[in-house]
Amino acid sequence: MALSDKELKEIAYLARINVNEESLSSLKKELEDILDLFDELNEADTSEVEAMSHPLDLSQPTRKDEVTEENLREELLKNAPSVKSGLFLVPKVIDGEN
Amino acid sequence: MKNYSEDWEAVIGLEIHVQLSTKSKLFSGASTNFGALPNTQACNIDLALPGVLPVLNEEVLRMAIKLGKALNAEINSPTSFARKNYFYPDSPKGYQISQMDRPIVEDGYLDIETDKGAKRIGVTRAHLEEDAGKSLHDDFEGQSGIDLNRAGTPLLEIVSEPEISSSEEAVAYLKSIHSIIRYLEISDGNMAEGSMRCDANVSVRKKGDEKLGTRTETKNVNSFRFVEKAIQYEIERQIHELESGNKITQETRLYDSQANTTRPMRSKEFANDYRYFPEPDLLPINLKKEFIEEVLATMPEMPNQKRERFVSQFSLSEYDAGLLAADKDLADFFEEVTKVSNSPKLSANWIMGELSAELNNENLSIKESKVTSNKLGQLISRIEDGTISGKIAKDIFEKMWSSGKEVDAIIKDEGLEQVTDDKEIETMIDEVIANNPEQLEQYRSGKDRLFGFFVGQVMKASQGKANPKQVNDILKSKLEK
Repeated sequence: MALSDKELKEIAYLARINVNEESLSSLKKELEDILDLFDELNEADTSEVEAMSHPLDLSQPTRKDEVTEENLREELLKNAPSVKSGLFLVPKVIDGEN
Repeated sequence: MKNYSEDWEAVIGLEIHVQLSTKSKLFSGASTNFGALPNTQACNIDLALPGVLPVLNEEVLRMAIKLGKALNAEINSPTSFARKNYFYPDSPKGYQISQMDRPIVEDGYLDIETDKGAKRIGVTRAHLEEDAGKSLHDDFEGQSGIDLNRAGTPLLEIVSEPEISSSEEAVAYLKSIHSIIRYLEISDGNMAEGSMRCDANVSVRKKGDEKLGTRTETKNVNSFRFVEKAIQYEIERQIHELESGNKITQETRLYDSQANTTRPMRSKEFANDYRYFPEPDLLPINLKKEFIEEVLATMPEMPNQKRERFVSQFSLSEYDAGLLAADKDLADFFEEVTKVSNSPKLSANWIMGELSAELNNENLSIKESKVTSNKLGQLISRIEDGTISGKIAKDIFEKMWSSGKEVDAIIKDEGLEQVTDDKEIETMIDEVIANNPEQLEQYRSGKDRLFGFFVGQVMKASQGKANPKQVNDILKSKLEK
């Protein structure tokens, strides 16, 4: 399956991977090979097979609705490069005007 | 904006996010309390530190099953989680755990009522997902502040079929969902605090057209009134655009409640692609039959059932019963009052009349009423047993409201017992008639409407304490003589 440069750049953007122009063509080749493998998988007749959403044939264990975690703020904030007034600081983000 | 022609019809679907009132988060044991100091209720799992795994809170399954039942829907088993991938700083994992192919609730409906009658709205699905944290864009030296207290709080997203045709229907549907989640006690439904959020998908088309028009999505409208206004605005805007020969752009819009308009959010370079895939950290969930039955056994009486019971048990009108039953606290208060007063109709009138007026006046909820259900019941029973008239009762109610005193104490202190003694009333009537010979003359020569004048004079003479029915009867017989 052929990928356009535009599609490749979009995929890279969605994954937040910085792809430079030089590596574009080799990366494209690798991705196309992977997609070809999926095409091959798609050839198998699965009309009689139920979809599998997890390889383990088990049911998810659950926990009771109880608060077990204390206030960990001071410890957790220590991991962050920049904090203020108990908040993690990140580069300014405004999505739309939300 | 001018009124649009009758040729158009609107097609509306709502997505309602309901924050579930669990103690702990969807996948972690951190607290979900509202209003805590930033980041004091976020743990390793909420922050997606390396090596952590989500563990599902069992209570959310119970809550979703109850909602599914109330929406006449299927409960899917197995139900499974999926990853919705996007990057945003208030979502530390880089994805949101949500549901895609097998939502826990699917294929239900809800019956709503508007002025135009009853209508059934299909509910496509309701799925579990986690909430994001909050970004604060105040000035932190050019940076944004992130509070992850809300990250991982459980949400149920309830998606309707595009079967809603007006802003009135949209609000009726939203209120009905609100009423249900409050009855089930699965959420406090507080729209101002964001416990219930509504996104509206709106498109318009010419009546009779098969094909749907291009739709817009209006996000996060935070009150019933604004939902109605935002949708109404959006319908009129789209019709106006189309009638002017323009096209509708598929986009996300924000409602501005100050200006009562919607405007587009800045559009991204290309559409988001969330690249959903099955959540590898969580197994599918098999809901055992016994578990579902155990949950369903705890279902409370729902608003529609309560309304019907109020009609049959208390002979209330459909309208009164509907108003009372829509709010669980109000319905409980009514039943408590009725238990004391033994008069359902009068109790309903007082609750929706005088009591509601005072509550609205002071912006109080029914639970904060200054006159308790017990005291209001006593007041109404004093009207019923003839101790006081309805008119005096209103004065007493105001005194009860401001002083917190009981009805009997006020009646005794102020000598407000109703005059029901025929002799006493006759004496008052004789006096009024004697003092108004001119009016008597006119009345007897055919001016019937002067009857009201005499009633007024007698009531005044008794300081409002005479029993009105007796006054009417005795006065009539005296005047006809």
